[in-house]
Amino acid sequence: MPLELVDRDDPSGEQDAIWTLNFGPQHPATHTTLRLILTLDGEKVLDAEPDIGYLHSGFEKLGEVLDFNQYVTIVDRMNYISPLANEIAWHHSVEMLMGIELTPRCKYIRTILAELMRIHDHMLCIGTCILDLGGATAFMYAFNEREKIYDICEMATGQRFHTSFTRVGGLLSDVTDEWVQRVREFIKVFHKAHTDISRLVMKNRIFIERTQGIGMLTRADAISGGATGPVARASGVTRDLRRDEPYLSYDDFDFDVICSQSGDCFARFHVRMLEMTESAKIISQAIESIPAGPIYAEGMGKIASPDKSEVYRSIEGLIHHFEAFMPNRQASVPRESVYAATESPNGELGYYLVSDGDFRAYRARTRPPSLLHFALFPKMIRGCMLSDVVAVLGSLNVIAAELDR
Amino acid sequence: MEFEQIKNSVSGAFPAVSLSWSEFRGQLRLGINASAVKQILSYLRTLGFDMLIDETAVDLLEYPDARDRFEVVYCLLSTETATRIIVKTWLNEPDLELPSVCDLWQSANWMEREIFDMFGIRFDGHPNLKRLLLPEQFTAFPMRRDYPVKGRGERHNFPVYTRAQS
Repeated sequence: MPLELVDRDDPSGEQDAIWTLNFGPQHPATHTTLRLILTLDGEKVLDAEPDIGYLHSGFEKLGEVLDFNQYVTIVDRMNYISPLANEIAWHHSVEMLMGIELTPRCKYIRTILAELMRIHDHMLCIGTCILDLGGATAFMYAFNEREKIYDICEMATGQRFHTSFTRVGGLLSDVTDEWVQRVREFIKVFHKAHTDISRLVMKNRIFIERTQGIGMLTRADAISGGATGPVARASGVTRDLRRDEPYLSYDDFDFDVICSQSGDCFARFHVRMLEMTESAKIISQAIESIPAGPIYAEGMGKIASPDKSEVYRSIEGLIHHFEAFMPNRQASVPRESVYAATESPNGELGYYLVSDGDFRAYRARTRPPSLLHFALFPKMIRGCMLSDVVAVLGSLNVIAAELDR
Repeated sequence: MEFEQIKNSVSGAFPAVSLSWSEFRGQLRLGINASAVKQILSYLRTLGFDMLIDETAVDLLEYPDARDRFEVVYCLLSTETATRIIVKTWLNEPDLELPSVCDLWQSANWMEREIFDMFGIRFDGHPNLKRLLLPEQFTAFPMRRDYPVKGRGERHNFPVYTRAQS
């Protein structure tokens, strides 16, 4: 609906008028709640002004109230497309602050979960975007795979969606042999499903024409704008924290960092598509070599949350539980600050933590990749058509809950 | 880039500025005066720190033994060498103003708006300094430590627009 009609002196007489279109906050193609104010010349986008904050819920303020283990439930809800990746990033920074070294088994399980989440996230990004562009079939194929990953999450953590699985220095519980078998089976069928989706999307004439050469992001803009993850790699920035600053057990595995030079929407989807194969490669290497041993390292004392069967069956376990969770009894933390980041499916997800000595953060700043990607959106959409807005939005995979926190 | 190399280079270029270097968990940190922020960040930009990964603020009101009220933190990264450096500066009321670094890194634009929104720190030279996440009618700065977690009831005072008015 045109809100504002402005006549413009145009010598050629071909231009109609410049008008403003309000896109969102409630719109099926925004997936979540974000708003764009588009300035259009006919169907051509002259400018876009993002207006965010509709999902702001004070997560960072809550991070100053809840302790390091409790806040994981909030972190889950930031990028709810890949909750475990957020949990791993959060506890990675807490462990860095406290100087905790994880056991090999814990590292491997976290690596497998992080890569499952990458597949999970990329599947949604590609599936929903092609749905917006008119192809419902690939969407169903992608969501079929996501269901299987939900089942794997449920088996390991007891929750399908908001798993809250990681703890400082470890995990809520160990995984079973049945779970390992389940992941193996998933990887077996995943390759076939991936090929199917790849054919449906990447060889689809309509999809290619709607994404190729659209929403260009140059390498210089990607670096200056702080783009990370698949968005930056599609623009020729060869950065991947898994390779450049290895954390967890990524050093042990053989995988490629997928990059592209073209910097358009198609490249971003292509990078995501190929990254899923690399994730599957990492998982299939890791799942065959999970080291035996405990989840928590020796001598963690109060930091390790006790096993629930001990808590309910022995007095020592119950004492341990209170020591670990009562605010005045918890472990002390160095009075320091630290910035730690992991490669989440969307890009560099970092936490800047300031500690005043308590077992909770004095300041828990999230560095959300979506925020910086969405800030680049006006630059990418200028000169494109109105119908390209959904393609570019989809290729950035902006998650409003992470954007607004 | 080695940490020693960065330290020598910055100290050599700014002999008159007091620089406090520290390291923690393998991270290099540099504390500087608010008046020297812009020149030192511009210099680091030329040293190869081409990405501003994060810019944020901390309210030190309740921090034990803190001398200043606010700390503003810049996390820089060099995409070539994967070196990181964290630059910190401190501000006190009533002079809550810093030079904007939007001209050095585009990514500062929204992050500075967020700091203004949450802490009330203004950035001189910012192209569009207005609230990012909260509504324009909001008057408080909620990430300050003296702001209660449950809020002050601002929600009830927001204007209500009816369909007829819109």
